[in-house]
Amino acid sequence: MPAYHFTLNGEAVSVEVATDLPLLWVLRDVLGVTGPKYGCGVGVCGACTSHLDGQAFRPCIQPVSGVVGRQVTTIEGLGGEGLHPVQQAWIAEDVAQCGFCQPGQIMAAVGLLSQNPNPSDAEIDAVMSENVCRCGTYVRIRAAIKRAAQALRDAGTGG
Amino acid sequence: MADTLKPDVAVSGRVDRRRFLTWVVASPTLMVAARLGLDVPSASAAEANATGAGEAVTSNETALDLYIAIGSDGRVLATLPRTEMGQGITTGVAMLVAEELDAGLGSVEVRSADADPRWLIQLTGMSSTMRYLAGPLRAAAADARARLVTAAAHRWGVSASSLSTANGEVIAPDGRRAGYGELAQDAAGVWLPEISSEPKDPSAYTVVGQPTGRVDARDIVTGAARYTLDLSIPGAVPVVVARPPTLRGSLQSFDASAASAMPGVVGVVPLPTGVAVAAQTFAQALAARDALRISWTLGPASQLSDADIRIKLRDQIGPRPLAPLFTLKTLEGRFDFPYLAHAPMETQSCVASVVGNRAEIWSGVQDPKFAQREVAAALGWALTPQWVTVHPVRAGGGFGRRFFTEAPVEAALASRALGRPVKLMWTRNDDMRHGHYRPASHHRVLAYIGPFGTILGWHHRAAIPTVEFPHGYGDLVTAIFGELLPELTSALFFTLTQHVPYHFGLVSQELRETSIPIPTASFRSVFTSQVGVANEIFVDQLARELGRDPVALRRSQLKSNRLKAVLDKVTLEGQWGRPLPPGVAQGVAVLEEWDSAIAHLVEVDVTGAEPKVLRVVIAADVGLPINPKSVEAQLQGAAVDAMSTTLSAGLHIDAGAVREGSFADYRWLRMKHIPAEIRVHFVRSDDRIGGVGELGYPSAAAALANALARATGTMPTRFPILDAGA
Ligand code: FES
Ligand code: FES
Repeated sequence: MPAYHFTLNGEAVSVEVATDLPLLWVLRDVLGVTGPKYGCGVGVCGACTSHLDGQAFRPCIQPVSGVVGRQVTTIEGLGGEGLHPVQQAWIAEDVAQCGFCQPGQIMAAVGLLSQNPNPSDAEIDAVMSENVCRCGTYVRIRAAIKRAAQALRDAGTGG
Repeated sequence: MADTLKPDVAVSGRVDRRRFLTWVVASPTLMVAARLGLDVPSASAAEANATGAGEAVTSNETALDLYIAIGSDGRVLATLPRTEMGQGITTGVAMLVAEELDAGLGSVEVRSADADPRWLIQLTGMSSTMRYLAGPLRAAAADARARLVTAAAHRWGVSASSLSTANGEVIAPDGRRAGYGELAQDAAGVWLPEISSEPKDPSAYTVVGQPTGRVDARDIVTGAARYTLDLSIPGAVPVVVARPPTLRGSLQSFDASAASAMPGVVGVVPLPTGVAVAAQTFAQALAARDALRISWTLGPASQLSDADIRIKLRDQIGPRPLAPLFTLKTLEGRFDFPYLAHAPMETQSCVASVVGNRAEIWSGVQDPKFAQREVAAALGWALTPQWVTVHPVRAGGGFGRRFFTEAPVEAALASRALGRPVKLMWTRNDDMRHGHYRPASHHRVLAYIGPFGTILGWHHRAAIPTVEFPHGYGDLVTAIFGELLPELTSALFFTLTQHVPYHFGLVSQELRETSIPIPTASFRSVFTSQVGVANEIFVDQLARELGRDPVALRRSQLKSNRLKAVLDKVTLEGQWGRPLPPGVAQGVAVLEEWDSAIAHLVEVDVTGAEPKVLRVVIAADVGLPINPKSVEAQLQGAAVDAMSTTLSAGLHIDAGAVREGSFADYRWLRMKHIPAEIRVHFVRSDDRIGGVGELGYPSAAAALANALARATGTMPTRFPILDAGA
């Protein structure tokens, strides 16, 4: 079986799987990393959103062969020791309802803010409209992103 | 079992006129249970179960399954027969318990009870959780507090009434303190509390009623929150199921030779609903599923498409009834609503382990007892449901879909056939195309106008395919009325829940049930999602006909003061009638239901390619909002549901199959469609606890439709209005 080596949440991992599986299932079924959720498996809902070399991506449509030698970060690896400012903002705005979409929403938001530390409403909407929240938490997600953007700018780490 | 029965505890008359029975459960630590009607186990039932030495329930579990336990570490565990699906129940319950106990919110843990016959109603829905559990929870917590204080009084040899409580401690006037943890064991031995165990008056609340963040927020934002398929049950293999192309189609024959030879495949098992494939990973199971060769028998609806269904429904409406005397003009409105999928973010899923005559089920079920019965029946254990243990798991949205238990049944059967635990997942396609749907419907509303613009009557006839409540009406109606009623039909449910809140003369509403072999289920607000919406849209039409302002007309005809108050509030906060550019308009609508009242004001802009909602203003009277933040979240979510299904999300049926397969074509709204603000204003007429979960949908949908009518000059009558492929 082929072995695939990559970095997951800061640690080197190597997985042997029979075929070139979508990364989502390597994470969930082989490595037991369950933060990224299955919502559609075809890249339309955003529930699995994680980061590849610091950019938001969708593990459900990313073959594991494509991440070899690269940095994969899931929600579990976002905060390091404490909470990331985006996670803090999510708590402060009390965003989550069922919570199932939120790991993906947070990873998408972090991806947005790393590219654009001061997004306008339209820019937030453009990026975040790729993620579905069936519970309808959008108003609070928007507020949390603005709060996090402010916090990141205040901390001088937003750029 | 030595349950110590104590006399009824009268709960503060102002809060709740019901009386709750509480009792202490024999245990090394303090454990207090409460009873409300039939919702929680009676003492004797608990006893019988305990001495029956739990088949599936350990004796330890038996005690813990009651309401409130205080451990020697001071942690408070509240167990309740409900499932967290995003409604914030856990937080609300923790707040109530912390309030009455004077314990820190962080020290209270809330758990969903496993399926257990002692919970008569274990279903999460009908906005019932807070309305029906708040009283008993308060009673149990207040009783626990009184016992803790009494225990401290005995220990210190002082009078109980001289002691106070704060932050999980009993405090004496001389400054001595004892934590609840160290008092718990003594408190369990207190025969009669020496201070009142009356719950607090709401005016004394410091926790309840305060906007409070969810207690599980950190788990959610760190990815630590575990949903069904995130559980690590040793040895559980991924399973997916190949399903028929049409609804309720059935398996004729299949050839698994190619699939079985694929990498990672563990086994292939035929099921009543399709063919299950187990593999080392879901990716491999999905690939093998695609390699199955299956012949299917068409489902019972395979002759039906949208147009046929609409005709069938319209045919039910029949001729107009006789108009009331002195009618000068009869207005008629016709409305069509589509089938809707609940489409919870987490698809149907279940982990199951069946070994010998024991089954263990983990799933985000809305009614664990129903799941227990269904799984037992499927395994041939209908008479011994206690062989099945159901662990309710945090669910990624329910909305009525998780009353149904196909996933647990399939997982149990697959586990038995494969001889190992399984984790079974429905794909998004499975979930969309094999759901139980909010039924389509057709409505005729008639308004009778007499001399001088008087309203002489209102007649609504709704043709709706029968709504399935397999989880039992008895339970439902008990949840709603707190009384035992015999089996009901959905017609009676209709009669009981559908009301016209206006003085409209002779009012009648009728349900014409239509049998259409497409699986149905309740949806946020059940019948009101159609009947109530159509009514509120037609009230605007009536206002136009009479040349009256829609708010003024409502104001003059509303029967309920609560509705008048929320309407006044929403028109004030939303600046009803403010000048707006052409193509932008406001709409309002109201609803009183589930012991709550609500009004919506929506502003919509129709100048672009698709209508854009600019603003949603909500005024809600939910009585005592236990956690205003959570109420606001529920109402915001319901507004998104209403906007989605009014504008763009609806299902199509093509020859007995659901066309939509994912969020790509089932156009639930995305962030860019959502207004910058969905503001909730509270009106509080009294301290009763109104339902919230279902409340926010109907008048949001109607207010949007009314805004569209006023912006475009045409009343929308068919939903979703942006239906491209009708
Ligand atoms: S699961 Fe990956 S985008 Fe939906
Ligand atoms: S919080 Fe439930 S789907 Fe977003």
